[in-house]
Amino acid sequence: SSTLVVAEHDNQKLIPVTLNAITAANQIGGDVTCLVAGTQCAKVAEECSQIQGVKKVLLADNEAFKGFLPESVSPVVLAAQKQFNFSHIIAGSSAISKNLIPRVAAKLDVSPISDITGVKDPDTFIRLIYAGNAVQTLKSLDSLKLITVRSTAFEAAESGGNGTTENAPEVSISNTLSEFVSQELSKSDRPDLASARSVISGGRGMKNGENFQLLYDLAEKMNAAVGASRAAVDAGYVPNDLQVGQTGKIVAPDLYIAVGISGAIQHLAGMKDSKVIVAINKDPEAPIFQVADYGIVMDLFKAIPEMTSLLDKK
Amino acid sequence: MSALRVLVGCKRVIDYAVKIRVKPDKSGVVTEGVKHSMNPFDEIALEEAVRLKEKKVAGEVVAVSCGPTQSQEVLRTALAMGADRAIHVKVEGKDVDAMQPIHVAKILSKIAQDEKIDLMILGKQAIDDDCNQTGQMTASLLDWPQATFASKVEKNNGGLTVMREIDGGLETIKVKLPAIVTSDLRLNEPRYATLPNIMKAKKKPLAVKAPSDYGVEVKPHIEVLSVEDPPVREAGQKVETVEELVSKLREVGLIPSS
Repeated sequence: SSTLVVAEHDNQKLIPVTLNAITAANQIGGDVTCLVAGTQCAKVAEECSQIQGVKKVLLADNEAFKGFLPESVSPVVLAAQKQFNFSHIIAGSSAISKNLIPRVAAKLDVSPISDITGVKDPDTFIRLIYAGNAVQTLKSLDSLKLITVRSTAFEAAESGGNGTTENAPEVSISNTLSEFVSQELSKSDRPDLASARSVISGGRGMKNGENFQLLYDLAEKMNAAVGASRAAVDAGYVPNDLQVGQTGKIVAPDLYIAVGISGAIQHLAGMKDSKVIVAINKDPEAPIFQVADYGIVMDLFKAIPEMTSLLDKK
Repeated sequence: MSALRVLVGCKRVIDYAVKIRVKPDKSGVVTEGVKHSMNPFDEIALEEAVRLKEKKVAGEVVAVSCGPTQSQEVLRTALAMGADRAIHVKVEGKDVDAMQPIHVAKILSKIAQDEKIDLMILGKQAIDDDCNQTGQMTASLLDWPQATFASKVEKNNGGLTVMREIDGGLETIKVKLPAIVTSDLRLNEPRYATLPNIMKAKKKPLAVKAPSDYGVEVKPHIEVLSVEDPPVREAGQKVETVEELVSKLREVGLIPSS
Protein backbone atom coordinates (compact mmCIF):
# COMPACT_ATOMS: atom_id res chain seq x y z
CA SER A 1 0.00 0.00 0.00
CA SER A 2 0.96 3.65 -0.34
CA THR A 3 -0.65 6.50 1.52
CA LEU A 4 -1.11 10.18 0.80
CA VAL A 5 -1.46 12.27 3.94
CA VAL A 6 -3.06 15.64 3.29
CA ALA A 7 -1.10 17.90 5.63
CA GLU A 8 -2.87 20.61 7.56
CA HIS A 9 -0.99 23.81 8.30
CA ASP A 10 -1.28 27.57 8.50
CA ASN A 11 1.37 28.22 5.80
CA GLN A 12 3.93 28.62 8.60
CA LYS A 13 3.90 25.32 10.42
CA LEU A 14 2.13 21.99 10.56
CA ILE A 15 -1.02 21.70 12.65
CA PRO A 16 -0.53 18.84 15.16
CA VAL A 17 -3.40 16.66 13.80
CA THR A 18 -1.17 16.01 10.78
CA LEU A 19 1.32 14.20 13.01
CA ASN A 20 -1.42 11.88 14.30
CA ALA A 21 -2.51 11.21 10.73
CA ILE A 22 1.07 10.32 9.75
CA THR A 23 1.17 7.79 12.61
CA ALA A 24 -2.02 6.20 11.27
CA ALA A 25 -0.44 6.14 7.79
CA ASN A 26 2.63 4.42 9.21
CA GLN A 27 0.36 1.83 10.84
CA ILE A 28 -1.34 1.16 7.51
CA GLY A 29 2.13 0.49 6.13
CA GLY A 30 3.82 1.19 2.83
CA ASP A 31 5.24 4.48 1.60
CA VAL A 32 3.90 7.69 3.07
CA THR A 33 3.67 10.81 0.94
CA CYS A 34 2.45 14.16 2.28
CA LEU A 35 0.68 16.82 0.29
CA VAL A 36 1.33 20.36 1.45
CA ALA A 37 -1.01 22.69 -0.41
CA GLY A 38 -0.99 26.33 0.57
CA THR A 39 0.27 29.80 -0.13
CA GLN A 40 3.99 30.38 0.34
CA CYS A 41 4.25 27.27 2.43
CA ALA A 42 7.66 25.84 1.40
CA LYS A 43 8.68 26.01 5.07
CA VAL A 44 5.87 23.64 5.97
CA ALA A 45 6.96 21.18 3.29
CA GLU A 46 10.45 21.26 4.78
CA GLU A 47 9.06 20.57 8.27
CA CYS A 48 6.89 17.79 6.92
CA SER A 49 9.77 16.06 5.14
CA GLN A 50 11.51 15.62 8.48
CA ILE A 51 8.70 13.68 10.14
CA GLN A 52 9.44 10.02 10.74
CA GLY A 53 8.02 7.79 8.04
CA VAL A 54 7.46 10.52 5.46
CA LYS A 55 9.21 9.48 2.28
CA LYS A 56 8.13 12.26 -0.02
CA VAL A 57 6.43 15.64 0.21
CA LEU A 58 4.39 17.07 -2.64
CA LEU A 59 4.37 20.85 -2.49
CA ALA A 60 1.56 22.79 -4.14
CA ASP A 61 2.06 26.51 -3.70
CA ASN A 62 -0.72 28.67 -5.07
CA GLU A 63 -2.50 31.90 -4.17
CA ALA A 64 -5.75 30.08 -4.87
CA PHE A 65 -5.40 28.02 -1.68
CA LYS A 66 -6.09 31.02 0.52
CA GLY A 67 -8.60 29.89 3.14
CA PHE A 68 -8.05 26.22 2.13
CA LEU A 69 -11.44 26.13 0.43
CA PRO A 70 -12.30 22.58 -0.64
CA GLU A 71 -13.39 23.80 -4.07
CA SER A 72 -9.76 24.92 -4.62
CA VAL A 73 -7.84 22.21 -2.81
CA SER A 74 -9.69 19.10 -4.01
CA PRO A 75 -8.40 19.34 -7.64
CA VAL A 76 -4.81 19.10 -6.36
CA VAL A 77 -5.56 16.02 -4.28
CA LEU A 78 -7.27 14.45 -7.29
CA ALA A 79 -4.31 15.26 -9.54
CA ALA A 80 -1.88 13.73 -7.04
CA GLN A 81 -4.06 10.62 -6.85
CA LYS A 82 -4.18 10.38 -10.63
CA GLN A 83 -0.41 10.54 -10.93
CA PHE A 84 0.62 8.31 -8.02
CA ASN A 85 -2.36 5.98 -7.59
CA PHE A 86 -2.23 5.80 -3.78
CA SER A 87 -4.12 3.07 -1.93
CA HIS A 88 -5.09 5.42 0.93
CA ILE A 89 -5.67 9.15 1.25
CA ILE A 90 -5.87 10.30 4.85
CA ALA A 91 -5.99 13.44 6.97
CA GLY A 92 -6.27 14.31 10.63
CA SER A 93 -9.86 15.11 11.64
CA SER A 94 -10.44 18.85 11.65
CA ALA A 95 -12.86 21.42 10.28
CA ILE A 96 -10.72 21.61 7.14
CA SER A 97 -10.35 17.88 6.47
CA LYS A 98 -14.00 17.13 7.25
CA ASN A 99 -14.79 19.65 4.55
CA LEU A 100 -12.26 18.38 2.02
CA ILE A 101 -12.02 14.58 2.23
CA PRO A 102 -15.69 13.77 1.38
CA ARG A 103 -15.56 16.21 -1.54
CA VAL A 104 -12.55 14.36 -2.94
CA ALA A 105 -14.10 10.96 -2.19
CA ALA A 106 -17.30 11.65 -4.15
CA LYS A 107 -15.25 12.39 -7.27
CA LEU A 108 -13.51 9.03 -6.89
CA ASP A 109 -16.74 7.12 -6.09
CA VAL A 110 -15.34 6.12 -2.70
CA SER A 111 -17.27 5.97 0.57
CA PRO A 112 -15.02 7.83 3.02
CA ILE A 113 -14.39 6.58 6.53
CA SER A 114 -14.67 9.39 9.08
CA ASP A 115 -12.74 9.79 12.26
CA ILE A 116 -11.14 6.37 12.70
CA THR A 117 -9.79 5.43 16.13
CA GLY A 118 -7.86 2.36 15.05
CA VAL A 119 -6.25 0.56 12.10
CA LYS A 120 -6.65 -3.24 12.10
CA ASP A 121 -5.22 -3.82 8.67
CA PRO A 122 -5.04 -1.77 5.46
CA ASP A 123 -8.73 -2.49 4.75
CA THR A 124 -10.16 -2.68 8.26
CA PHE A 125 -10.70 0.22 10.61
CA ILE A 126 -12.31 1.02 13.93
CA ARG A 127 -14.53 4.03 14.50
CA LEU A 128 -17.12 5.15 16.99
CA ILE A 129 -20.80 5.61 16.23
CA TYR A 130 -23.71 6.99 18.27
CA ALA A 131 -21.59 9.55 20.08
CA GLY A 132 -19.07 6.93 21.11
CA ASN A 133 -21.68 4.61 22.59
CA ALA A 134 -20.80 1.85 20.15
CA VAL A 135 -17.56 0.79 18.52
CA GLN A 136 -17.79 -0.24 14.89
CA THR A 137 -15.20 -2.35 13.13
CA LEU A 138 -15.61 -2.10 9.39
CA LYS A 139 -13.94 -3.34 6.27
CA SER A 140 -13.81 -0.98 3.33
CA LEU A 141 -14.80 -2.62 0.05
CA ASP A 142 -13.45 0.29 -2.01
CA SER A 143 -10.07 -0.29 -3.63
CA LEU A 144 -9.03 3.21 -2.58
CA LYS A 145 -9.66 4.36 0.98
CA LEU A 146 -10.31 7.94 2.06
CA ILE A 147 -9.99 8.37 5.78
CA THR A 148 -9.99 11.00 8.48
CA VAL A 149 -8.19 10.17 11.71
CA ARG A 150 -9.26 11.01 15.25
CA SER A 151 -6.13 12.64 16.55
CA THR A 152 -6.59 11.60 20.18
CA ALA A 153 -6.49 7.93 19.17
CA PHE A 154 -3.03 8.04 17.57
CA GLU A 155 0.28 9.25 18.98
CA ALA A 156 1.94 12.18 17.21
CA ALA A 157 4.65 11.12 14.76
CA GLU A 158 8.05 12.45 15.75
CA SER A 159 10.64 14.24 13.72
CA GLY A 160 13.77 12.49 12.57
CA GLY A 161 12.73 11.54 9.07
CA ASN A 162 14.49 12.41 5.88
CA GLY A 163 12.00 12.71 3.04
CA THR A 164 12.38 14.44 -0.29
CA THR A 165 10.26 17.33 -1.54
CA GLU A 166 8.99 17.78 -5.06
CA ASN A 167 6.30 19.86 -6.68
CA ALA A 168 2.81 18.43 -6.77
CA PRO A 169 1.38 17.78 -10.23
CA GLU A 170 0.46 21.05 -11.93
CA VAL A 171 -3.22 21.74 -12.04
CA SER A 172 -4.99 24.93 -13.00
CA ILE A 173 -7.28 26.11 -10.25
CA SER A 174 -10.12 28.38 -11.19
CA ASN A 175 -12.49 28.45 -8.27
CA THR A 176 -15.31 30.80 -9.12
CA LEU A 177 -17.75 29.00 -6.84
CA SER A 178 -16.58 30.12 -3.42
CA GLU A 179 -14.54 32.89 -1.91
CA PHE A 180 -12.79 33.22 1.42
CA VAL A 181 -13.76 36.46 3.14
CA SER A 182 -12.39 36.50 6.67
CA GLN A 183 -11.54 34.54 9.76
CA GLU A 184 -12.11 35.42 13.36
CA LEU A 185 -10.09 33.18 15.62
CA SER A 186 -10.65 33.34 19.35
CA LYS A 187 -7.58 34.90 20.87
CA SER A 188 -6.34 33.08 23.88
CA ASP A 189 -3.09 32.79 25.77
CA ARG A 190 -4.23 29.41 26.97
CA PRO A 191 -3.00 26.16 25.38
CA ASP A 192 -5.01 24.83 22.47
CA LEU A 193 -8.02 22.79 23.61
CA ALA A 194 -7.31 19.87 21.30
CA SER A 195 -3.70 19.40 22.38
CA ALA A 196 -3.53 20.67 25.98
CA ARG A 197 -2.32 18.24 28.66
CA SER A 198 -4.99 19.50 31.04
CA VAL A 199 -8.49 20.72 30.24
CA ILE A 200 -10.98 22.37 32.57
CA SER A 201 -14.51 22.46 31.19
CA GLY A 202 -17.58 24.24 32.49
CA GLY A 203 -21.21 23.32 32.00
CA ARG A 204 -24.61 24.80 32.66
CA GLY A 205 -23.72 24.88 36.36
CA MET A 206 -21.46 27.87 35.62
CA LYS A 207 -24.70 29.90 35.41
CA ASN A 208 -23.27 32.62 33.10
CA GLY A 209 -20.36 33.58 30.90
CA GLU A 210 -18.67 35.84 33.47
CA ASN A 211 -18.30 32.96 35.88
CA PHE A 212 -16.06 31.18 33.38
CA GLN A 213 -13.38 33.59 34.65
CA LEU A 214 -13.14 31.26 37.68
CA LEU A 215 -12.09 28.47 35.33
CA TYR A 216 -9.63 30.71 33.49
CA ASP A 217 -8.04 31.67 36.83
CA LEU A 218 -7.59 28.02 37.73
CA ALA A 219 -6.43 27.13 34.21
CA GLU A 220 -3.77 29.84 34.49
CA LYS A 221 -2.26 28.05 37.49
CA MET A 222 -2.32 24.68 35.75
CA ASN A 223 -1.39 25.71 32.22
CA ALA A 224 -4.69 24.13 31.20
CA ALA A 225 -7.08 24.83 28.33
CA VAL A 226 -10.68 25.80 29.02
CA GLY A 227 -13.57 23.96 27.40
CA ALA A 228 -17.33 23.78 27.79
CA SER A 229 -20.30 21.47 27.44
CA ARG A 230 -22.84 21.97 24.69
CA ALA A 231 -25.32 23.16 27.32
CA ALA A 232 -22.98 26.01 28.25
CA VAL A 233 -22.53 26.90 24.58
CA ASP A 234 -26.25 26.71 23.86
CA ALA A 235 -26.94 28.96 26.84
CA GLY A 236 -24.57 31.51 25.29
CA TYR A 237 -21.99 31.46 28.09
CA VAL A 238 -19.05 30.79 25.77
CA PRO A 239 -18.36 30.51 22.02
CA ASN A 240 -18.90 27.23 20.22
CA ASP A 241 -15.21 26.59 19.54
CA LEU A 242 -14.89 25.68 23.24
CA GLN A 243 -17.44 22.90 22.90
CA VAL A 244 -16.25 19.44 23.90
CA GLY A 245 -18.47 16.59 22.76
CA GLN A 246 -19.99 14.58 19.94
CA THR A 247 -20.50 17.62 17.76
CA GLY A 248 -17.66 19.70 19.13
CA LYS A 249 -14.06 18.87 19.87
CA ILE A 250 -12.83 15.46 20.92
CA VAL A 251 -10.17 15.75 23.60
CA ALA A 252 -8.11 13.20 25.51
CA PRO A 253 -5.81 15.11 27.85
CA ASP A 254 -3.91 13.65 30.80
CA LEU A 255 -6.29 15.49 33.13
CA TYR A 256 -9.88 16.56 32.43
CA ILE A 257 -11.77 18.51 35.06
CA ALA A 258 -15.53 18.70 34.48
CA VAL A 259 -17.05 21.55 36.44
CA GLY A 260 -20.81 21.87 36.79
CA ILE A 261 -21.28 19.41 33.93
CA SER A 262 -23.92 16.73 34.39
CA GLY A 263 -22.35 14.37 31.86
CA ALA A 264 -24.78 13.87 28.96
CA ILE A 265 -23.68 11.09 26.60
CA GLN A 266 -22.95 13.69 23.93
CA HIS A 267 -20.44 15.34 26.26
CA LEU A 268 -18.86 12.08 27.41
CA ALA A 269 -18.28 11.25 23.74
CA GLY A 270 -15.84 14.14 23.58
CA MET A 271 -13.78 13.50 26.70
CA LYS A 272 -14.07 10.00 28.07
CA ASP A 273 -10.70 8.91 26.69
CA SER A 274 -8.98 11.39 28.98
CA LYS A 275 -6.45 9.66 31.24
CA VAL A 276 -7.76 11.06 34.52
CA ILE A 277 -11.19 12.63 34.89
CA VAL A 278 -12.20 14.82 37.80
CA ALA A 279 -15.84 15.80 38.33
CA ILE A 280 -16.95 18.70 40.47
CA ASN A 281 -20.72 18.88 40.79
CA LYS A 282 -23.12 19.57 43.61
CA ASP A 283 -25.55 16.91 42.36
CA PRO A 284 -24.35 13.53 43.67
CA GLU A 285 -26.53 11.78 41.07
CA ALA A 286 -24.89 13.50 38.08
CA PRO A 287 -23.86 10.84 35.51
CA ILE A 288 -20.44 12.48 35.17
CA PHE A 289 -19.46 10.77 38.44
CA GLN A 290 -19.81 7.39 36.74
CA VAL A 291 -16.82 8.10 34.53
CA ALA A 292 -14.80 10.23 36.96
CA ASP A 293 -11.65 8.91 38.61
CA TYR A 294 -12.08 11.52 41.32
CA GLY A 295 -15.44 13.01 42.13
CA ILE A 296 -16.24 15.73 44.58
CA VAL A 297 -19.80 16.62 45.48
CA MET A 298 -19.58 20.33 46.13
CA ASP A 299 -20.77 23.70 44.94
CA LEU A 300 -18.35 24.70 42.19
CA PHE A 301 -18.43 28.32 43.32
CA LYS A 302 -16.82 27.16 46.55
CA ALA A 303 -14.62 24.38 45.15
CA ILE A 304 -12.96 26.21 42.24
CA PRO A 305 -11.70 29.30 44.13
CA GLU A 306 -10.49 27.00 46.89
CA MET A 307 -8.60 24.85 44.39
CA THR A 308 -7.10 27.93 42.76
CA SER A 309 -5.84 29.24 46.09
CA LEU A 310 -4.46 25.82 47.08
CA LEU A 311 -2.38 25.82 43.91
CA ASP A 312 -0.78 29.07 45.04
CA LYS A 313 0.53 27.38 48.15
CA LYS A 314 3.62 25.35 47.88
CA MET B 1 -32.97 35.78 -9.04
CA SER B 2 -36.50 34.79 -8.22
CA ALA B 3 -37.36 33.02 -4.98
CA LEU B 4 -35.16 30.01 -4.36
CA ARG B 5 -36.22 26.40 -4.51
CA VAL B 6 -34.77 24.84 -1.41
CA LEU B 7 -34.22 21.16 -0.69
CA VAL B 8 -33.73 19.95 2.88
CA GLY B 9 -32.48 16.48 3.83
CA CYS B 10 -34.24 14.86 6.79
CA LYS B 11 -32.76 11.67 8.21
CA ARG B 12 -34.65 9.44 10.61
CA VAL B 13 -32.37 8.45 13.48
CA ILE B 14 -32.66 6.99 16.96
CA ASP B 15 -33.78 9.87 19.20
CA TYR B 16 -30.84 11.72 20.72
CA ALA B 17 -32.07 11.07 24.28
CA VAL B 18 -32.20 7.28 23.89
CA LYS B 19 -29.40 5.28 25.46
CA ILE B 20 -28.53 2.93 22.63
CA ARG B 21 -27.94 -0.78 23.12
CA VAL B 22 -25.65 -3.02 21.11
CA LYS B 23 -27.19 -6.25 19.79
CA PRO B 24 -25.87 -9.41 21.47
CA ASP B 25 -24.70 -10.79 18.10
CA LYS B 26 -22.65 -7.60 17.60
CA SER B 27 -24.28 -6.96 14.23
CA GLY B 28 -25.48 -3.48 15.08
CA VAL B 29 -27.54 -1.56 17.59
CA VAL B 30 -31.09 -2.36 18.69
CA THR B 31 -33.55 -0.26 16.68
CA GLU B 32 -36.79 -2.19 17.21
CA GLY B 33 -39.12 -0.55 19.70
CA VAL B 34 -36.78 2.40 20.09
CA LYS B 35 -37.94 6.00 19.74
CA HIS B 36 -36.79 7.63 16.52
CA SER B 37 -36.86 11.29 15.47
CA MET B 38 -35.54 13.63 12.86
CA ASN B 39 -31.76 14.08 13.08
CA PRO B 40 -31.37 17.25 15.22
CA PHE B 41 -29.05 18.94 12.70
CA ASP B 42 -31.65 18.33 9.97
CA GLU B 43 -34.27 20.06 12.12
CA ILE B 44 -31.96 23.07 12.19
CA ALA B 45 -31.53 22.83 8.41
CA LEU B 46 -35.28 22.70 7.91
CA GLU B 47 -35.86 25.63 10.26
CA GLU B 48 -33.40 27.70 8.24
CA ALA B 49 -35.21 26.84 5.02
CA VAL B 50 -38.58 27.75 6.51
CA ARG B 51 -37.19 31.06 7.77
CA LEU B 52 -35.87 31.81 4.29
CA LYS B 53 -39.33 31.15 2.98
CA GLU B 54 -40.86 33.45 5.58
CA LYS B 55 -38.41 36.14 4.42
CA LYS B 56 -39.52 35.46 0.83
CA VAL B 57 -35.96 34.47 -0.09
CA ALA B 58 -37.12 30.91 -0.65
CA GLY B 59 -40.19 30.10 -2.70
CA GLU B 60 -40.62 26.41 -2.09
CA VAL B 61 -39.16 24.05 0.50
CA VAL B 62 -38.90 20.37 -0.44
CA ALA B 63 -38.06 17.87 2.32
CA VAL B 64 -36.36 14.63 1.29
CA SER B 65 -35.68 11.51 3.31
CA CYS B 66 -33.95 8.32 2.18
CA GLY B 67 -34.79 5.32 4.32
CA PRO B 68 -37.36 2.70 5.26
CA THR B 69 -41.12 3.26 5.32
CA GLN B 70 -40.98 4.87 8.77
CA SER B 71 -38.93 7.73 7.31
CA GLN B 72 -42.29 9.15 6.26
CA GLU B 73 -42.85 10.04 9.92
CA VAL B 74 -39.96 12.52 9.88
CA LEU B 75 -41.20 13.88 6.56
CA ARG B 76 -44.61 14.55 8.13
CA THR B 77 -42.79 16.40 10.91
CA ALA B 78 -40.92 18.39 8.27
CA LEU B 79 -44.20 19.26 6.56
CA ALA B 80 -45.68 20.29 9.88
CA MET B 81 -42.68 22.54 10.52
CA GLY B 82 -43.27 24.32 7.22
CA ALA B 83 -41.96 22.32 4.26
CA ASP B 84 -44.27 22.52 1.22
CA ARG B 85 -43.90 18.99 -0.02
CA ALA B 86 -41.87 15.88 0.60
CA ILE B 87 -40.11 13.14 -1.31
CA HIS B 88 -39.57 9.80 0.37
CA VAL B 89 -36.90 7.73 -1.32
CA LYS B 90 -37.87 4.36 0.02
CA VAL B 91 -35.04 1.99 0.82
CA GLU B 92 -35.87 -1.61 1.63
CA GLY B 93 -34.40 -4.90 2.75
CA LYS B 94 -30.64 -5.28 2.76
CA ASP B 95 -30.26 -1.86 1.16
CA VAL B 96 -31.22 -0.25 4.47
CA ASP B 97 -27.98 -1.47 6.04
CA ALA B 98 -25.86 -0.88 2.93
CA MET B 99 -26.95 2.75 2.65
CA GLN B 100 -24.07 5.16 3.18
CA PRO B 101 -23.74 8.93 2.74
CA ILE B 102 -22.36 8.31 -0.76
CA HIS B 103 -25.67 6.75 -1.85
CA VAL B 104 -27.70 9.54 -0.27
CA ALA B 105 -25.45 12.11 -1.98
CA LYS B 106 -26.05 10.46 -5.35
CA ILE B 107 -29.81 10.48 -4.81
CA LEU B 108 -29.89 14.07 -3.56
CA SER B 109 -27.78 15.33 -6.43
CA LYS B 110 -30.14 13.72 -8.94
CA ILE B 111 -33.20 15.17 -7.19
CA ALA B 112 -31.52 18.59 -7.16
CA GLN B 113 -31.21 18.43 -10.94
CA ASP B 114 -34.70 17.05 -11.55
CA GLU B 115 -36.34 19.61 -9.28
CA LYS B 116 -34.14 22.55 -10.36
CA ILE B 117 -33.04 23.18 -6.78
CA ASP B 118 -31.12 26.41 -6.06
CA LEU B 119 -30.12 25.72 -2.48
CA MET B 120 -29.76 22.54 -0.49
CA ILE B 121 -29.57 22.73 3.29
CA LEU B 122 -28.50 19.58 5.14
CA GLY B 123 -27.49 18.79 8.69
CA LYS B 124 -23.73 18.79 9.16
CA GLN B 125 -23.82 15.26 10.50
CA ALA B 126 -26.29 12.60 11.55
CA ILE B 127 -26.12 11.61 15.20
CA ASP B 128 -26.23 7.88 14.45
CA ASP B 129 -23.21 7.26 12.21
CA ASP B 130 -21.54 10.64 12.96
CA CYS B 131 -20.12 10.61 9.40
CA ASN B 132 -20.34 14.29 8.45
CA GLN B 133 -20.08 13.58 4.71
CA THR B 134 -23.38 13.87 2.83
CA GLY B 135 -23.39 17.63 2.16
CA GLN B 136 -19.80 17.72 0.99
CA MET B 137 -20.27 14.70 -1.28
CA THR B 138 -23.47 16.05 -2.80
CA ALA B 139 -21.77 19.38 -3.52
CA SER B 140 -18.92 17.51 -5.16
CA LEU B 141 -21.19 15.42 -7.39
CA LEU B 142 -23.03 18.56 -8.52
CA ASP B 143 -19.88 20.70 -8.73
CA TRP B 144 -21.60 23.18 -6.44
CA PRO B 145 -19.86 25.16 -3.71
CA GLN B 146 -20.26 23.95 -0.13
CA ALA B 147 -20.74 26.12 2.93
CA THR B 148 -20.44 23.60 5.72
CA PHE B 149 -20.91 23.96 9.50
CA ALA B 150 -22.89 27.17 9.01
CA SER B 151 -23.87 29.35 11.94
CA LYS B 152 -25.26 32.23 9.88
CA VAL B 153 -26.59 32.38 6.33
CA GLU B 154 -27.40 35.58 4.43
CA LYS B 155 -28.48 36.06 0.86
CA ASN B 156 -26.47 38.52 -1.20
CA ASN B 157 -26.49 39.32 -4.92
CA GLY B 158 -26.38 35.99 -6.69
CA GLY B 159 -25.12 34.06 -3.72
CA LEU B 160 -24.82 33.55 0.00
CA THR B 161 -22.58 34.92 2.69
CA VAL B 162 -22.08 32.20 5.27
CA MET B 163 -20.44 32.27 8.66
CA ARG B 164 -18.90 28.90 9.49
CA GLU B 165 -17.82 27.23 12.72
CA ILE B 166 -14.17 26.23 12.36
CA ASP B 167 -11.48 25.02 14.77
CA GLY B 168 -10.65 27.92 17.03
CA GLY B 169 -13.28 30.36 15.86
CA LEU B 170 -15.42 31.50 12.98
CA GLU B 171 -14.90 32.06 9.28
CA THR B 172 -16.90 33.90 6.66
CA ILE B 173 -17.09 32.74 3.06
CA LYS B 174 -19.16 33.65 0.03
CA VAL B 175 -20.63 31.02 -2.24
CA LYS B 176 -22.45 31.32 -5.53
CA LEU B 177 -25.82 29.73 -6.02
CA PRO B 178 -26.73 26.97 -6.52
CA ALA B 179 -25.01 25.87 -3.34
CA ILE B 180 -25.06 23.46 -0.43
CA VAL B 181 -25.16 24.61 3.17
CA THR B 182 -24.75 22.29 6.13
CA SER B 183 -26.10 23.44 9.47
CA ASP B 184 -24.18 23.68 12.70
CA LEU B 185 -25.78 23.92 16.13
CA ARG B 186 -25.98 27.65 16.46
CA LEU B 187 -27.58 28.41 13.10
CA ASN B 188 -31.00 28.69 14.74
CA GLU B 189 -33.36 27.09 17.22
CA PRO B 190 -35.92 24.93 15.46
CA ARG B 191 -39.59 25.55 16.14
CA TYR B 192 -41.99 22.93 17.37
CA ALA B 193 -44.71 21.74 15.06
CA THR B 194 -48.07 22.99 16.33
CA LEU B 195 -51.12 20.75 16.38
CA PRO B 196 -52.98 22.66 13.60
CA ASN B 197 -49.84 22.45 11.46
CA ILE B 198 -49.50 18.74 12.18
CA MET B 199 -53.08 18.30 10.94
CA LYS B 200 -52.40 20.42 7.83
CA ALA B 201 -49.23 18.45 7.11
CA LYS B 202 -51.29 15.31 6.58
CA LYS B 203 -52.71 16.87 3.44
CA LYS B 204 -49.44 18.11 1.98
CA PRO B 205 -48.02 16.11 -0.95
CA LEU B 206 -45.59 13.30 -0.19
CA ALA B 207 -44.18 11.44 -3.17
CA VAL B 208 -42.68 7.97 -2.74
CA LYS B 209 -39.77 7.01 -4.96
CA ALA B 210 -37.06 4.37 -5.06
CA PRO B 211 -33.28 4.83 -5.41
CA SER B 212 -33.57 3.23 -8.85
CA ASP B 213 -35.87 6.07 -9.94
CA TYR B 214 -32.78 8.23 -9.65
CA GLY B 215 -30.49 5.68 -11.25
CA VAL B 216 -28.80 4.86 -7.95
CA GLU B 217 -27.85 1.34 -7.02
CA VAL B 218 -27.26 0.84 -3.29
CA LYS B 219 -24.00 -1.00 -3.82
CA PRO B 220 -22.27 -1.80 -0.50
CA HIS B 221 -19.07 0.17 0.06
CA ILE B 222 -18.33 -1.15 3.51
CA GLU B 223 -18.84 -4.36 5.42
CA VAL B 224 -19.54 -3.96 9.12
CA LEU B 225 -17.59 -6.67 10.90
CA SER B 226 -18.81 -5.90 14.41
CA VAL B 227 -20.53 -3.34 16.60
CA GLU B 228 -19.56 -3.56 20.25
CA ASP B 229 -19.93 -1.73 23.51
CA PRO B 230 -17.15 0.74 24.21
CA PRO B 231 -14.78 -0.17 27.03
CA VAL B 232 -16.42 0.70 30.33
CA ARG B 233 -14.69 3.29 32.40
CA GLU B 234 -14.70 2.25 36.00
CA ALA B 235 -16.11 4.75 38.40
CA GLY B 236 -13.40 6.09 40.63
CA GLN B 237 -13.54 7.42 44.13
CA LYS B 238 -15.35 10.26 45.80
CA VAL B 239 -13.15 12.70 47.65
CA GLU B 240 -14.49 14.82 50.46
CA THR B 241 -12.49 18.01 50.30
CA VAL B 242 -10.78 20.14 47.70
CA GLU B 243 -7.57 19.76 49.68
CA GLU B 244 -7.75 15.99 49.33
CA LEU B 245 -8.42 16.32 45.61
CA VAL B 246 -5.44 18.60 45.09
CA SER B 247 -3.12 16.35 47.04
CA LYS B 248 -4.24 13.30 45.06
CA LEU B 249 -3.65 15.09 41.77
CA ARG B 250 -0.25 16.23 43.03
CA GLU B 251 0.63 12.66 43.97
CA VAL B 252 0.14 11.49 40.40
CA GLY B 253 1.93 14.52 39.00
CA LEU B 254 -1.10 16.02 37.26
CA ILE B 255 -0.80 19.40 38.87
CA PRO B 256 2.37 21.25 39.73
CA SER B 257 3.62 20.38 43.17
CA SER B 258 5.86 22.38 45.42
